[in-house]
Amino acid sequence: MTWALDHLDQIFTLAGQHAWLAGLPLLIGLVISVPLGWLATRKAWLRTGLLTVTGLLYTIPSLALFILLPPLLGTKVLDPANVIIAMSIYTIALLTRTVADGLSAVDTSTRQAAVAMGYSTFGRFRAVDLPLAIPVVAAGLRVAAVSNVSIVSVASLIGISQLGYFLTDGYARSFPTEVWVGIVACLLLALVFDLVIQLLARVLTPWTRVAA
Amino acid sequence: MITFATVWAWFTDPANWQGADGVPTRMLEHLKFTGITLAIALVIAVPIGAWVGHSGRMRWLVTGANAARAIPTLGLLFAVSMLVSPLFTSSLAFTVPSIAVLVLLAIPPLLSGTYSGIESVDPAARDAARGMGMSDWEVLTRVELPCAMPLFLSGLRSATLQVIATATIAASISLGGLGRYLIDGLASQDYVQMVAGSILVALLALVADLVLALLERFAVSPGISGRGQGVARRRRLRFGRGGDAAASVKNSTDAPLGADPA
Repeated sequence: MTWALDHLDQIFTLAGQHAWLAGLPLLIGLVISVPLGWLATRKAWLRTGLLTVTGLLYTIPSLALFILLPPLLGTKVLDPANVIIAMSIYTIALLTRTVADGLSAVDTSTRQAAVAMGYSTFGRFRAVDLPLAIPVVAAGLRVAAVSNVSIVSVASLIGISQLGYFLTDGYARSFPTEVWVGIVACLLLALVFDLVIQLLARVLTPWTRVAA
Repeated sequence: MITFATVWAWFTDPANWQGADGVPTRMLEHLKFTGITLAIALVIAVPIGAWVGHSGRMRWLVTGANAARAIPTLGLLFAVSMLVSPLFTSSLAFTVPSIAVLVLLAIPPLLSGTYSGIESVDPAARDAARGMGMSDWEVLTRVELPCAMPLFLSGLRSATLQVIATATIAASISLGGLGRYLIDGLASQDYVQMVAGSILVALLALVADLVLALLERFAVSPGISGRGQGVARRRRLRFGRGGDAAASVKNSTDAPLGADPA
């Protein structure tokens, strides 16, 4: 406990970096998976194709992906961009399926009502389908957020600075306290992400509370 | 400089295919750790998941196991290794904590796969089985478990990927396997070796996932997977409606179970 208090500055700096490396990919992933998920609901073969490709990307172990990206992208090994891109890939892999599921779960009669009211295809997607899919998408985003926070810490093995530093450093120095501080900090950060996503989903879907 | 040629040269160098540090040895080690872990995790998770799903009691076990997934795998690996290693003197000091952590990580997806598979069985199918005079055990083994197969297998796939990925990371606490190329390459700044190791690990994960996908085709009863549409229809015609419970299970297999590739 004293150790943690003595190192508060460092904990917050690394937590900030960790939040950036885990959080930015959530946004990038969301922005990319919404159109992908929409495409997947249009045609059955697109759904199969997209979900197979994203599923295969998801199978690549993170440490391997962190190492394989630099030669593929021409980046430096220590470039945090590798981690951001790797985490975005995992987020897209998780979210494309969720977005597709959320969009196809929209009630047909709701959709028909929107068409009857004169919504264009895109207008309906933006104003009806997407908002109604928010609870499902948010659930997927929560899974992705928790998994991102955990995976980002692995990047400390290749020397990218974030909360995982406490894990590798504590282990290297045989100092369990530091490892536990790292674990607890990661858990707290995951919890913060989870709460923020839940709160956003709640704010964005006021109708779900009226109904209840 | 990493080019296709340098990586190719690594793969075609006979020295990398022999001895304790050769690709076949490392690959077998990786498979061995994965196999042992999954076997232990299955023995623990399947009975518990089946019991919770069948009885509907102690659901918090599944929720709790899922929440535990938020613990960073690397942290768990280091913490358990620091706690357990001093208890062993031989090379077991490295293997036992690694396997223990891998088992801990494999349990949640297996548990929730088994549980949600059984829990999602149509109550009508369960009632029908009881009505036919089946005992609790028969309902579980002849109706619930076969119906739970798709969700269980998707849990098994998540668990397998998780274990393969984490076994790689466990090289940092001296476990053998393909992760050695990544960690040792890092230590000696042999980037080509790291890339080659990463390719091998990624390939292993892909092949394992494919094999399990194929297993899904064979292990799931045609009436549930929907492959035997003709059979199901003939049965429906003969016995009235019958394929509906199967259809509802099939739909629920699309739900993502979610596990990190760690």
